[in-house]
Amino acid sequence: MKTLKTFVLGAGLAALSQLAQAADSGFTLETVDPEADRLALQQYYQKRFPGVPLEEYVNGIYAVDPASREQWDALMEFPPYEFDLEEGQVLFETPFANGKRYADCFDNGGIGIRQNYPYWNSEEGAVKTLEQEINQCREQNGEAPLKWKKGDIAKISAYMAWTSRDKPFDIKIPQDDPRALQAYLDGKKFFYAKRGQLNLSCANCHLDGSRILIRADLPGPTLGQPTHFPVVRSKWGEIGTLHRRYEGCHRDTRSVPLPPQSDEFRKLEYFQTYMSNGLVVNGPGARK
Amino acid sequence: MSIMRVKAKASGERTDVKMMAKHIMETGQRKDKAGNVIPALFLSEIEVKHSGKVVFTANLGPAVSKNPYFSFSFAGGASGDTLEVNWKENTGKSGSETAEIR
Amino acid sequence: MSMNRRSLVKAVAAGGALMGLSVLMPRVAMAAWAKEAFEAKEQGAAIKALYGEDAVAESAEVVLDAPDIAENGAVVPVSISTELTNVESMSLFIENNPAPLAAQFMIPEGTRADVSTRVRMGKTTNVTAVIKADGKLYRATKEVKVTIGGCGG
Repeated sequence: MKTLKTFVLGAGLAALSQLAQAADSGFTLETVDPEADRLALQQYYQKRFPGVPLEEYVNGIYAVDPASREQWDALMEFPPYEFDLEEGQVLFETPFANGKRYADCFDNGGIGIRQNYPYWNSEEGAVKTLEQEINQCREQNGEAPLKWKKGDIAKISAYMAWTSRDKPFDIKIPQDDPRALQAYLDGKKFFYAKRGQLNLSCANCHLDGSRILIRADLPGPTLGQPTHFPVVRSKWGEIGTLHRRYEGCHRDTRSVPLPPQSDEFRKLEYFQTYMSNGLVVNGPGARK
Repeated sequence: MSIMRVKAKASGERTDVKMMAKHIMETGQRKDKAGNVIPALFLSEIEVKHSGKVVFTANLGPAVSKNPYFSFSFAGGASGDTLEVNWKENTGKSGSETAEIR
Repeated sequence: MSMNRRSLVKAVAAGGALMGLSVLMPRVAMAAWAKEAFEAKEQGAAIKALYGEDAVAESAEVVLDAPDIAENGAVVPVSISTELTNVESMSLFIENNPAPLAAQFMIPEGTRADVSTRVRMGKTTNVTAVIKADGKLYRATKEVKVTIGGCGG
C-alpha cells in the first residue's frame, strides 16, 4: 500500500524525535519491548497530569479535564448508550436462521471475554478484533456480515463489552510467534508516524497534545483510549465502533481514511489496547 | 414496546426519579436526501403519577434532546411502589407504562 | 391561556365534580400542551403565549444551571431549581432556536422545584428559565456558547 510505505520510511526519523515522549523501547524487532513501552506510557501520564490515578484513564479526556467532565457527569446520570445495550443484548441472544447463536462461536458463550480482544491469531497470522469475530460468526452461520461502523455491530459489541465491564484488559503478544511482536511493532509505528496533509501522527494529538484544544475539541489521552469503545458520540448522535473513529479521525486530519478493520487499524488497535493492559473494560462509553 | 426507562429510588421521605424515553424527537427542521422536510415527531407530554396523584408533568417541544431525559423528586413513595408514566406524541399517539420504585 | 384556565376552574366549581380531583386544585390546572407557545418563533411571543405576559423580572431566586460552553449542542444538560414556595411551573426558553420554548414542567405540591433535562441548541444563545410561583413570574437568563469542534468525523 502506497500510504503505508511512505510513512514507514518517514517513521524512522519521526520516531526518534517522538522517542523521548513515551516509548521506552525502539522501533525495530530487536529493540522493541512492549512492557517497557506500556510502563513508560503510564509514567508519562503520571508526570503530565499529576494526581490522576491510572485507573481513571478509562474515562478518557474526562479523567483530566474538569470542565468537560461536569457535562459528562450530567450525561452519565442516565447514559445515552442504555438503549443500545438493551438492543445489543437482544441481538446477541437471538438465534440465527440456522438455530445457532453468537454464544456458540465464542469462548464462555461470548460473556466476559472482551478484555482479551484484540488478539494475535497464529493460525491466520493476523490480529483479530471482536467485531471481526462477530461477523465471522455470522458468516459461518449463513448470515450476512454487518457493516463495521455503526448500528447492530456496535450494539452487539457494546453488549459484549458490558459483560466484561471492570475486567482488566489482558492483551497478549505470544512469545512463540514473532509475527505477533511484528504486529505490535507495526501498530506502534503507525501510532507515531506522521501522515497526511496536516503531517500529523496519532501521537501528536493523543500523546503530546492530549488536552490541547483543536478548535473546541480536546484530544483524549491515548492511555485507556480503546477501553471505552464502542461509543455513543454526541457528534454522531448514536453508537459507533472504534474503527469508525479511526477512519473519521484520519478524515479530520486530512490523511487517507483507511477502511474499518483494515490491517493497519487492527494493528493500531492491538498496540493501543496492549498499552492499556491493566485498565478495565469500560465499554460502551459516552463521549463528546 | 415500552419506551420509558425509569430509575426511581425511594430515599427517606422522598423518591428521586431519573427517566429517559426512547424517542427520536424529530424536530421538523431536517430534510431527507431528496430535499423533503422530515416531519416533526416528538413526545409532547409526559405525566408521572404515584398512587393516582400526578407527581410530574412535562410539556415538551422538539428542542428536547433525542431520548429525552428528566430528573425530578417528589415527596413520598416507597420501595416497591408503582409509578405510572403516561405519554403523548405530537401525532396524537399515546402510551401508558409502569415502573417500580426501588 | 390563563383566561381559559380561570374560567374552567370556575365552571367546574359551579358545576360540581365533573373531572378528577386534580383539576380542582388550581395549581395543577390545565397542563395541556400550549400549542401557540410551543410554536411561537420569537421568545417574547412564546413567553407571552405561555404566561399571558412577557415582562418578567430577573430574579436570583431562579437557579438556572447550564454550561458556559456546551460540549455538544445536541445534548446540553440544563436544570432549573428554586427555593421559592408554591411553584406551579418552570419553563425553559432557548432564544435562538427556531421555536424558543423548549419545555414546560408542571410542579404539583410535594414535587421539588428542581428539574433537570437535556436540550438542543443550534448555536450560541441565551437560555432563560421562567418560574411561576404563587401567581407571580420570575426569570433567570444565561448565555450558553455552542462551538465548532475540530474532530467531527
